[in-house]
Amino acid sequence: MSRAQRYAYRWLPALVVFVASIAFWELLVRLFDVQDFLLPAPSDILATLRDDWSELWSAAFFTFREAVAGYVIGCAAGFLAAAAIARYRLLRAAVMPYAIAAGAIPIIAFAPITNNWFGVTGMSSKIAIAAILCFFPMLVNTMKGLTSVPASSLELMRSYAASDLTVFRRVRLPTSLPYVFSGLKVATVLAMIGAIVGDYFGGAPGALGVEIRRWVGIFAFDQAWAGIVLASVLGILFYGTVALVERFALSWHPSVRGAGAE
Amino acid sequence: MSKPVVSLSGVTKSFEAAGVTALQSIDLDVGPGEFVSLIGPSGCGKSTLLRVVGDLVEPTSGTVVVNGKSARQARRDGDYGIVFQDAVLYDWRTVSKNIGLPLELLGWDKTRRAERVEELLRLVELQGFGGHHPWQLSGGMQQRVAIARALSFSPALLLMDEPFGALDEMTRERLNGELLRIWEASGSTVLFVTHSIAEAVFLSTRVVVMSRRPGRIAAIVDVDLPQPRTADTREEPRFFELVTEVRDRLREGGLDEDSTAPGEGELLVGEETA
Repeated sequence: MSRAQRYAYRWLPALVVFVASIAFWELLVRLFDVQDFLLPAPSDILATLRDDWSELWSAAFFTFREAVAGYVIGCAAGFLAAAAIARYRLLRAAVMPYAIAAGAIPIIAFAPITNNWFGVTGMSSKIAIAAILCFFPMLVNTMKGLTSVPASSLELMRSYAASDLTVFRRVRLPTSLPYVFSGLKVATVLAMIGAIVGDYFGGAPGALGVEIRRWVGIFAFDQAWAGIVLASVLGILFYGTVALVERFALSWHPSVRGAGAE
Repeated sequence: MSKPVVSLSGVTKSFEAAGVTALQSIDLDVGPGEFVSLIGPSGCGKSTLLRVVGDLVEPTSGTVVVNGKSARQARRDGDYGIVFQDAVLYDWRTVSKNIGLPLELLGWDKTRRAERVEELLRLVELQGFGGHHPWQLSGGMQQRVAIARALSFSPALLLMDEPFGALDEMTRERLNGELLRIWEASGSTVLFVTHSIAEAVFLSTRVVVMSRRPGRIAAIVDVDLPQPRTADTREEPRFFELVTEVRDRLREGGLDEDSTAPGEGELLVGEETA
């Protein structure tokens, strides 16, 4: 089998499903004359994307920036907190139950509160909620990674009289990377949710969440859907970028090698 | 015997949390260039004893002298290389970089490191595998990488904790031969923990037979088989006599090596160092 053929075998089924679903959607809307506010046709959404591109793009990009800023802050804080907590057993025992419990509560419900704390119309309240959403999965995943080092690995480093910093850099960090990246990937999705839902509770004029709500209010469903599609595409690209970085950073990892050899 | 590399006197180790005395009053001297095996039933504390020598476990009482200094100082000075039952290789490093890790920590420059690693790859017969990742190698090859890494900085003392325990018998016998060749070439002293009587007799100059909990030295058997030992050594009558002798020593006092309680000693060590 040639390379191109293998590629086709791998991606063709998914492509067929995608095209078929869009076609089915289009057909459904046209055949049954579905009302705009329930579901606009893909062709209409596409037309709106083309016609109102600059307005849509500036709204989406504004909110995307909120998401990325929150992502960077939340992930960095989660990682650093995990590194500190992993170092001290007592701190771990004190904090971890709450960090894990935080994963089970809908933090997004705080969005209106962060609006109160950081101001409704600015970016900062949305950045804050996105950051808080990213923080906990990042903390828990990094923690799991940093503490999953086998005892024998640590004994080996101890036999070399390696300092704590050396052990962290050479053993704990690389061991934790697969976990860190699963945290980073989950966080991309959460950051997008945080920023958009944060907007829904009120935000800067021209932010995507604010605009989507406004469009729905004035029955501009094509625009609302176009905004949703754009947010989805940005979300996928965001996730994909992190996944790509992961493939490079973990190029040594058997799972990555295995997937590559498929 | 000239000045010992390892000198233990009155070494006792108890794990208070578990209420277990793993080692009791161990006295043992290991001379330079010796190959000494520790053998005994599961949970007799032989792995713990090895870790006490390596300052990975602290004895409750007694003194440990390695190369004329405390075990801690010896560890800090890089006086010993250690090989575990698992190869403990880092997946993100190539074979060469795994072998060179201790040298990296010692601050050797790149060219000197590369030369030494090349030399070691030849020694353990893994030329051409330097660029591979550990998980691309078989278990036996991985263990050879671990041995090369332990030898990289030419430690005076090699501590080996059942290094071939997870391998099949044929691979184990082949690696036994290789280990002897390496031992002769490097001139280092070896302290070797094993479950296998035949392995202990084949490899060692002395076999230390330990009794079950509390771990004590039950007997020391001098192995007077001629050097260098080859595959034929395993066929010699004297080899069988010595195997029988070690087995008898293990059985004395009801210390049947076949009575396999779960390796509680090993578990304790794991908990202690986790």
